[in-house]
Amino acid sequence: MIKFNLFVLPFSLGLIYIVTSIVMHYYRWIKALPAVDKVKLSAGIRTPSKVLASLKEIFLEGLIHRKLWKRNPLLGYMHMSFAFGWFLLIVMGNLESRVYHGAYINAPYYPIFLKFFIHDRLVLFFEIFTVPAFFRFIMDFLLLFVLSGLVLAWIKRKQSKWFGMKQTTMHNFFDRVALSCLWLIFPMRLLAESYTAGYFHGGGGFLTQNLGNLLVMITPGPAELIAYFFWWTYSLVLGLFFIMMPYSRYMHIPSELLLIVFRHCGIQPRKWGSSFSDLEVRSCSRCGVCIDACQLNFAAGINTIQAVYLIRSQREQYIPENIAQTCMLCGRCQEACPVGIKIDSLRLIKRREIGSGQVSDFSYLTNPHPGFADVVYFAGCMSQLTPSIPIAMEGIFKEAGINYLFIDRNGSICCGRPLMLAGKDKQANELIEFNKTLIRQTRAKLLVTSCPICYKVFREEYNLPIRIQHHSQYLLELVKDGKIALQSQHRRVVYHDPCDLGRGGNIYQAPRELLGKISDLEPVEKDRTNALCCGGSLALMGTSMRTKDEVTLDALESLLAGDPDILVTACPLCKKTFSKLSKTEVRDIAELVYDAIPSRKTRIAGTVKDPEVVIS
Amino acid sequence: MIDFGYTLTRDRQLDYDRGDFRYLKLVKSLEPSMDLCIGCGSCTATCSAAGFTNFNIRRLHTVIRRGDPESIKAELKKCMFCGKCQLVCPRGVNLRNLILAMNRAIEILG
Repeated sequence: MIKFNLFVLPFSLGLIYIVTSIVMHYYRWIKALPAVDKVKLSAGIRTPSKVLASLKEIFLEGLIHRKLWKRNPLLGYMHMSFAFGWFLLIVMGNLESRVYHGAYINAPYYPIFLKFFIHDRLVLFFEIFTVPAFFRFIMDFLLLFVLSGLVLAWIKRKQSKWFGMKQTTMHNFFDRVALSCLWLIFPMRLLAESYTAGYFHGGGGFLTQNLGNLLVMITPGPAELIAYFFWWTYSLVLGLFFIMMPYSRYMHIPSELLLIVFRHCGIQPRKWGSSFSDLEVRSCSRCGVCIDACQLNFAAGINTIQAVYLIRSQREQYIPENIAQTCMLCGRCQEACPVGIKIDSLRLIKRREIGSGQVSDFSYLTNPHPGFADVVYFAGCMSQLTPSIPIAMEGIFKEAGINYLFIDRNGSICCGRPLMLAGKDKQANELIEFNKTLIRQTRAKLLVTSCPICYKVFREEYNLPIRIQHHSQYLLELVKDGKIALQSQHRRVVYHDPCDLGRGGNIYQAPRELLGKISDLEPVEKDRTNALCCGGSLALMGTSMRTKDEVTLDALESLLAGDPDILVTACPLCKKTFSKLSKTEVRDIAELVYDAIPSRKTRIAGTVKDPEVVIS
Repeated sequence: MIDFGYTLTRDRQLDYDRGDFRYLKLVKSLEPSMDLCIGCGSCTATCSAAGFTNFNIRRLHTVIRRGDPESIKAELKKCMFCGKCQLVCPRGVNLRNLILAMNRAIEILG
């Protein structure tokens, strides 16, 4: 017998629409991948370990929402109840429909509207333990599970703070329509199933049957018609939700699945954008976690440029320039993003579009042979503004008896990253080539830099055949090798993770280990991946210096909450920025290490401080 | 011409009525903090590019103010964008963005 009623049409049309749309999108994304990435993808999906890892992540992130659980249990539960609950409803609904329908193939609407077609009564006591009863129980339980999430979602609109979110995203029209549909789906289902169960005195589980009996009792009018009305509404909101999905944020559901597979196949974002970046843009759920993570938001009150708005405007094909340029590229939002979107790379793609048109002329740079050494020391531009850092480093090199070469003693040639942050990669490459030649000529085995900004670009863009270390790593190695002996000064210090060293270079442990040897390191509230930016970021363009100061002051307040003796950092730019506004002494880790060498022969008057003394 | 051992310097007078102030207007709108400059020259003293060549940010600034943008077009390309200038600026001029704005003005106005 064919089970059909007209009201299934809106749902069926919506389903056809969304399935076609997803297939077309998948096809377009995969087809538009660069050739290298296509090879990676086809190799990846043939590797069982990668497929398993993808499926595991899809389960944990797409259904359970593990990252959101870690962020806030209430937020995690809300998303899990929707995603996992709905998923189980579909699976269980399908299984249930098999019980009543012997065929292998069902019409897709049949499991969804099963209770409309099936409402047999449970008459005998032993039937409670039968398969249909089990399914009735489980389906009602799952519906309740989803509805509990819905209640939380309503509460979240008003009380987002309970969910660990201070600010939520400002949604646009399509998002609002889709959201309204999504919120209506499950209440409509509950009402439709309840009225039907109530009218037929059977067919419902613990929730729908009891609620149905009650509703039929208290509402006047024909229960059958009311039920039919709700079945229509249920089908309509489902169909409308499916049709709105490709135009709203809910496209992130199918997109993220493919993104996870892409990522496990080793596909990376490209400098000029690729379909991987398009996919990332579509995978954004506009949850707004990035808004709370952004220092420009909570320290400087700028709340229109965050990642969620960048991505939305990218999806609408137009990114206003101020959204692209007003960002410190500190990477905090990237760490917080539950989808793991590489937001900085998306923003840089836009900056490249803006900045690439202008040309540079570095023909004035000359290339004298720098000499030979075992270790090349590149202090970086910023270290020239904090001379105490290269002074300390030179002192340590001499103390440890290293054959070193201070390659940029007489003026740095910039490493190129500042140009890249402004989207001028071509110009940056000229400087990179120049510095590369300079470094290669020394025949050194190791490049040590004091600047995390340089460190990041040396590692990512230079392709140097030698080891590259930030001085915090290098100094720790010197201590471990017994080249320098340190004595703790027992001063209470806090350590500030520079963005490009921590999130950018994944170096968190080395400076802490080093500081543990020479001082009493105290914890701070926001550290490691959650560390604050000092506000001096070279990536922030187009805002006033006052904005930067606001960020700096906020970061200082958080870092100095425990009133330490010294604020230690490992970046000349952070040091310079903090020193401007900090009442507490700000020093670089290299200075502290140098002070902690009790036997140092290169005596300098007092401690190393900004530009008083120079080692001859 | 007879070589007297010295030459006349080029006439460097600027006629304000003939100045091209479109650039100044555009740059100012892109980076308003330009007006905070007191011309102390700290930016130029600390400049990375100035260590290798006669690149001079203060001069660029002055020249654009006087409505003579032609002479800076070639100069502007020398900036390495390292951002030391804005860290030393006592007035808080957003110098990196100022250079970007000047570049932008040249891109737009030719």
